[in-house]
Amino acid sequence: MKPFNLSLFQFLLLFIVCLLLISSPLKAELISGYDFLSNQAKEMQNDDFQNPGYAMIEQGLTTYNRKGENDKLCSQCHGENGDKFIPESIAQFPKFHKILKRPVTLRDQIQLCWGKRLDNFPLLYDDTDLLALETMIRNKAYGEEVNVNISGNMQPYYDAGKKFYLTRFGQMDMNCAQCHDIYTGKMLRGQKLSQGHTNGFPLFRLESQKMVNLPQRLRECFRSLRAETFAQDSDEFRNLEIYLNARGNGLKIETPAIRY
Amino acid sequence: MIFKEKTFTLFSLIMLIFYINNLAAEDIARYEVTGNSIIKPLNDLTGKPERGQELFRDQNKGNCLACHRLSTLNDSFQGNIGPLLDNVTLRLTEAQIRLRIADMKQVNPYSIMPGFYRSPERINRISPLYEGSTILTAQEVEDIVSYLVSLNLKSSGEYK
Ligand code: HEC
Ligand code: HEC
Repeated sequence: MKPFNLSLFQFLLLFIVCLLLISSPLKAELISGYDFLSNQAKEMQNDDFQNPGYAMIEQGLTTYNRKGENDKLCSQCHGENGDKFIPESIAQFPKFHKILKRPVTLRDQIQLCWGKRLDNFPLLYDDTDLLALETMIRNKAYGEEVNVNISGNMQPYYDAGKKFYLTRFGQMDMNCAQCHDIYTGKMLRGQKLSQGHTNGFPLFRLESQKMVNLPQRLRECFRSLRAETFAQDSDEFRNLEIYLNARGNGLKIETPAIRY
Repeated sequence: MIFKEKTFTLFSLIMLIFYINNLAAEDIARYEVTGNSIIKPLNDLTGKPERGQELFRDQNKGNCLACHRLSTLNDSFQGNIGPLLDNVTLRLTEAQIRLRIADMKQVNPYSIMPGFYRSPERINRISPLYEGSTILTAQEVEDIVSYLVSLNLKSSGEYK
């Protein structure tokens, strides 16, 4: 009798633990920055004519159709207007580059094709042409779920990005997690704190009335923390991009989004 | 030639900004932390509550309303990251409030609240624009401390 009783007790304990695990959300629910917008801003995002991101896509298409120094065209590999881009694949960036043996962001990949395939002079990371191409190509994966692989080769970069996310910076001495994990939903002045996801980038910022890519936005974060920033193509920001994108794995891509 | 002149003007402008910035920076007062408080006013200064209220609201200074609320103020955008500060003196002494404003991280190392008088040496990657400086000066910290302390006196009719 005794061993049976004990195992019943153990069974019940296990049962209760399982119930608790199922009912308590192990991972906080993912919420897109979209859900934190006013109705007016939501409407703006959804209307192709009001959303300034679509002008950026048009500019991206113009650049896409411009001949390279070697007379080649993006469309020779990626189809008319980029029709051959595979949404699932675009949604996987940043990913590990087998030949370079390091992770590349979508921006890095555009730079690689621009330089190696079209034989062009490299674009500056601040160049509007690069921003426009990224917006146009990321938009090809609109509605696709973000899906960054963080196992195998990618693991150490993801871990470095996560460590960065938890590091305090600047005179304000805060880390990203304090605003975007701990106090999400609380009010910072008139601004409700979102989870700080990246599924809308490149996006149009209402505050500065400008299109920005992720590194440009991160530099603004650093300015508000009164911290010394990093270069847009630095390993630090690349690792952070891996962590931020992966953290939002499963969110639908909204490029070009509207955000505060 | 024109290019050179422009670069020169830009250069002098930047140097001027650094100069003004340095004028504003002061030697950072040393202070002794006793328990969870700073008993002596920073640099033995006396705070002015009226000025403290301005600094409390000012987005480029205390910016306290970004995270806190104070129901005696009618500012429309008040945050709720930190606790309501009405009657804070019922919970904390003046000396305890002083440490919390000067360097909250010495009370709770995980706090999001910036250390307004935290030694720059304990800050990671401060922007060159703010190098060697604290968010608030010793006088400004004392002004805000005296303002918060005055709130309680006010409700019991002793301050103005
Ligand atoms: C003091 C608070 C605070 C800190 C610290 C902070 N942020 Fe933010 N962040 C905001 C606010 C406010 C916004 C704009 C509104 C929103 O989306 O929450 C924002 C927006 C963002 C966005 C855009 C979200 C979207 O939906 O488009 C990203 C990405 C982001 N932050 C990442 C970071 C990272 C990475 C760090 C650390 C380097 C960081 N933030 C630190 C307050 C903060
Ligand atoms: C970025 C957010 C933020 C800012 C800005 C901020 N605080 Fe706080 N404050 C907090 C949080 C959060 C707490 C809760 C304690 C903790 O974090 O350990 C707190 C606690 C306090 C407390 C202790 C209250 C209690 O009941 O224990 C005082 C006093 C205080 N803050 C004053 C100020 C003043 C004055 C300013 C501006 C000069 C200020 N705070 C700016 C977030 C902030």
